[in-house]
Amino acid sequence: MELIELEYWQLALASTLVLILAGCSWWIRLGFGRSLVIAAVRTTVQLSLIGLILEALFSVGALGWIALMGVVMVILAGREVMMRQRRRLRGGWAFGIGTSAMFVSAFTIAVMTLLIVIRPDPWYQPQYAIPLLGMMLGNTMNGIALSLDRLTDTVWRQREDIEGRLMLGQRWQEAISDIRREAMRSGMIPTINMMAAAGLVSLPGMMTGQILAGSPPALAVKYQILLMFTIAAGTGFGTMLAVTAGSYRLFDQRQRLRTDRITDPTH
Amino acid sequence: MNQTLTLDRVATDELDAINLTVASGHIVCLSGFSGSGKSRLLRAVADLDPHDGEVRLGNTPAHSLMADAWRRRVMLVPAESRWWHDTVGEHCGALRESDLTALGFEASVHQWPVSRLSSGEKQRLALYRALSLDPGALLLDEPTANLDEATRERVEQWLVRRIHDEGLPTLWVAHDPNQIARVGDSHYHINGRQLEEVPHGAD
Repeated sequence: MELIELEYWQLALASTLVLILAGCSWWIRLGFGRSLVIAAVRTTVQLSLIGLILEALFSVGALGWIALMGVVMVILAGREVMMRQRRRLRGGWAFGIGTSAMFVSAFTIAVMTLLIVIRPDPWYQPQYAIPLLGMMLGNTMNGIALSLDRLTDTVWRQREDIEGRLMLGQRWQEAISDIRREAMRSGMIPTINMMAAAGLVSLPGMMTGQILAGSPPALAVKYQILLMFTIAAGTGFGTMLAVTAGSYRLFDQRQRLRTDRITDPTH
Repeated sequence: MNQTLTLDRVATDELDAINLTVASGHIVCLSGFSGSGKSRLLRAVADLDPHDGEVRLGNTPAHSLMADAWRRRVMLVPAESRWWHDTVGEHCGALRESDLTALGFEASVHQWPVSRLSSGEKQRLALYRALSLDPGALLLDEPTANLDEATRERVEQWLVRRIHDEGLPTLWVAHDPNQIARVGDSHYHINGRQLEEVPHGAD
């Protein structure tokens, strides 16, 4: 089966829909027209650039360049995790914890999946490695950002409860245990919901893409299931790591709650 | 477990090196204007705030114990108590009916939902909760501030009796000069960055 080539004029045709929407927004003063157009331009530019990079990467296919691409993706995801937290750990810890949690979970699980499960030849073949890592990072990033945001925000709001528990002689792990559990839960819930609803409510993006690209649905489904499992594992372990490291950082050696290590978004 | 609580050159943001010895079963009252650093001093003694100097219970310095073990022995009861579980009993040690009776509660209070407690009940139960965990010293931050006259008297008598019976060295932050005269074995007033002893009967 041949892929139908998509021309620029066809994209331009689709973009008129967005322009009409922006026009409506302006007409009835909904106030999102400007940000809609900017976002549409960003999506075009960013995706075109990544397209160029991937074209180059695929034609070179050298491990060094692919690894570099992977590292850049992890760092950008780490930055995104940090930006999405309302209250963050100061001094680079928000970035450091998010990035290392993603590196340990998403990165290693992606590499293991390539080496042990999919086994392309060579194992780092970019057609497999980059989309796999990208999908995993996108999802673990969401989970880690949600859980760290929940952790720092809840600790801030319940700081007096935590201190009350410390005063009664509880260990810091005990004093923060409920908050920690809730934070991990909130990081995992979107992934669990996504797996539970897959195929019923929505057709997952990668599977849809593969079917559009002409692969038999049964194979596309198998890849999607594989990806769901790796995403669940990556998000789960990443969230656990990030929340554990984050809670650790919220106390000092004398088990004092250190809310001064969290930024205050109102200032 | 009759031990002395010793503050050896303890300094906080508001206060300069403070030396203070609280004998077993003695109550040292602290007074001072709001913002003078009374509560912060108690927090430093419980090792909840960074501070200079050393606090000892008997011969045991705070830093020789894990912080949680220290706070279990030198227990701070803040002016405003916090409750995080659903029922009262989940926060407390083993049920002590005699203490509850003395404070005007029944044993069933352990099953009470926390959401049902009034602020006065919370204050009394916070004291009960602290003592139910068998501390070795007490740091009380205005323990009777929100109580009516009759209840205040009841709580005060119970506290003093327990402190004497168990030989707990106690730092008691108070405003009311009458209360200080009633419960205190000695009285210090915060003046600027120093503690000044107020001779008994002078206030």
